[in-house]
Amino acid sequence: MTFNRRKFIAVGTAAAATLSSPAVLADGHGKPRVVVIGGGSGGATAARYIAKDSKGAINVTLVEPSRSYFTCYFSNLYIGGFTDLEDISHTYGALAAKYGINVVHDWAVDVDRDAKTVSLAGGTVLPYDKLILSPGIDFVEDAVPGWSVAAQNKMPHAYKAGSQSELLKAQIMAMPEGGRFAMVAPPNPYRCPPGPYERISMVAHVLSQMNPTAKILVADPKPNFSKQALFEEGWQRHYSGMIERIGPDFGGANVTVDPEAMTIDIDGMVETVDVCNVIPAQKAGRIADMAGVTDGNWAPVNAADMSSKADPDVHVLGDAAAQGDMPKSGFAANSQAKVCAMAVRGALTGSKVFPAKFTNTCWSLIAEDDGVKVGATYEATSDKIAKVDGFISQTGEDAATRKATYEESVGWYAGITTDMFD
Amino acid sequence: MRALLPALTLAAVMVAGGARAELIGDAEAGEAQFNQCKGCHQIGKGAEDRIGPHLNGLFGRRAAAHEDYRYSDSMERAGVDGLIWDLRTLDAYIENPRALVSKTRMSYRGLKDEQARADLLAYLRRFSDNPANIPEAAPTAIGTDHSVDPEILAIQGDPEYGEYLSSECVSCHQADGSADGIPSITRWPEEDFVVAMHAYKDKLRPHPVMQMMAGRLSNEEIAALAAYFKDLD
Repeated sequence: MTFNRRKFIAVGTAAAATLSSPAVLADGHGKPRVVVIGGGSGGATAARYIAKDSKGAINVTLVEPSRSYFTCYFSNLYIGGFTDLEDISHTYGALAAKYGINVVHDWAVDVDRDAKTVSLAGGTVLPYDKLILSPGIDFVEDAVPGWSVAAQNKMPHAYKAGSQSELLKAQIMAMPEGGRFAMVAPPNPYRCPPGPYERISMVAHVLSQMNPTAKILVADPKPNFSKQALFEEGWQRHYSGMIERIGPDFGGANVTVDPEAMTIDIDGMVETVDVCNVIPAQKAGRIADMAGVTDGNWAPVNAADMSSKADPDVHVLGDAAAQGDMPKSGFAANSQAKVCAMAVRGALTGSKVFPAKFTNTCWSLIAEDDGVKVGATYEATSDKIAKVDGFISQTGEDAATRKATYEESVGWYAGITTDMFD
Repeated sequence: MRALLPALTLAAVMVAGGARAELIGDAEAGEAQFNQCKGCHQIGKGAEDRIGPHLNGLFGRRAAAHEDYRYSDSMERAGVDGLIWDLRTLDAYIENPRALVSKTRMSYRGLKDEQARADLLAYLRRFSDNPANIPEAAPTAIGTDHSVDPEILAIQGDPEYGEYLSSECVSCHQADGSADGIPSITRWPEEDFVVAMHAYKDKLRPHPVMQMMAGRLSNEEIAALAAYFKDLD
């Protein structure tokens, strides 16, 4: 019998390592490896917290195609003229420099859950012990007949911030006097429930200053929407007569568009418009589907640690996850990421794991210094993330309260982006 | 949202504020104005640094001059750059704190009314011997409302647990202590922190988000957060 010395050493190392951390080091590599796909509110936060709190004990790789990340939150304020695009742009330099995160600007194109590897478009294959998917949203194909991603330069969605936001704003600025802006609002569930209605508010703000005879038409498949009473009160107060919303009772769910002709057909009523903002129905970012962790449009997760119901070594955060009661928001993704980061560190290094707590608050701006908010706290139950307690701004609040709420949202923006990127 | 260079902001404010700064106000009216400062600042006999530095001897003092008080980096820098507190600079600071010191920890929205600022400054001047002809005034009421059970105040918080719990706080409150629309919560005396959180928990303080957040924190969790944020740099 020959006993290969090199192999013996390797086996010996593995055995020794197994004693300290059985789940991870059994295959003989050095530190446990976490791969995070998606550098938004979920992914950037998870990568940062795992790297920061494990103090180098975990090898963290963050895969994100963009070098500059534009937050969706506050992109409506850019459209309204309350912030610049560069103020909502963030880069990944501090995550690499301060926390040693390996930031890879590439597309993840495949996940092999048996081999525990992620393939990138550039050809790199990344092995992982724990995989965190935070890919955000993609659009459901043919959700709005006549519209496809190929038409997004004629009829922008502007529901992923950056060049789409810039395009939509340019189109609004170029509207003729007395022109028409149309929005096709999405069905539930979708990213940022108050987002379409904050956007309507910001478009109305711009038009009321530059083009006050212009009109806004909203085709909406939902009978009700987030903060509806607050928005409708604000629209009446600030933009009376400018905004018309057509709900499902009047055909708002039966919409087709023609991007070449710039027409929108709402239940047989055809309107020619100058700008058409189509926000289609949504689903988890494509890589979640490729990884085989989706059920229908979204990826079901366990509330206690955000792990996929299909694979305990894959976690799904933010908009892509089907988790229960939390809205799909950047705040929610940031909150979920911290719970996930704690659970992943616990599994890989044995660090202490505390009970999961989740929070969300969504601020919206209706007009200058007229901010409103809605929020809740949540806990993990055996079948979902369940709401514990919540609050919402009230109609008829005084101007000082609304101004303070807006200023609070500016403070929150600074807080959360620091918590993600700095 | 992007902070301007502090030096530029300072210069601009001082030019803008120069014309109106010499208005001398009514110290009696200023005493009433000071009520909104009392939550953080003490003044008069026995005043100490609490959430904010005490304000005795403020006039003529360099910014960030109390050795034992931990100021924001921005305030420290303003002091190094030569910011001296006088009628003009205090007027600008109280009108809009963040316009003068961009990342100050003073979570105050600013006092827009010029007369109210002049009154407040007249009151504050009573507690400065610089200029020397200002008479010393009687001490004012100091301290916070200690309605919290002493047993709760006596709980020793676990800062490690506080660090975990803090991840919920820093989605909004900045860990570096800067205050911009949302107050700073770092470096507070533990007792003040605990008293404030219980005031939210008991719905004495009005803010709905904080009522909700504090509402589900246990006494031990509040103590842990106080212990953690006390020493956060």
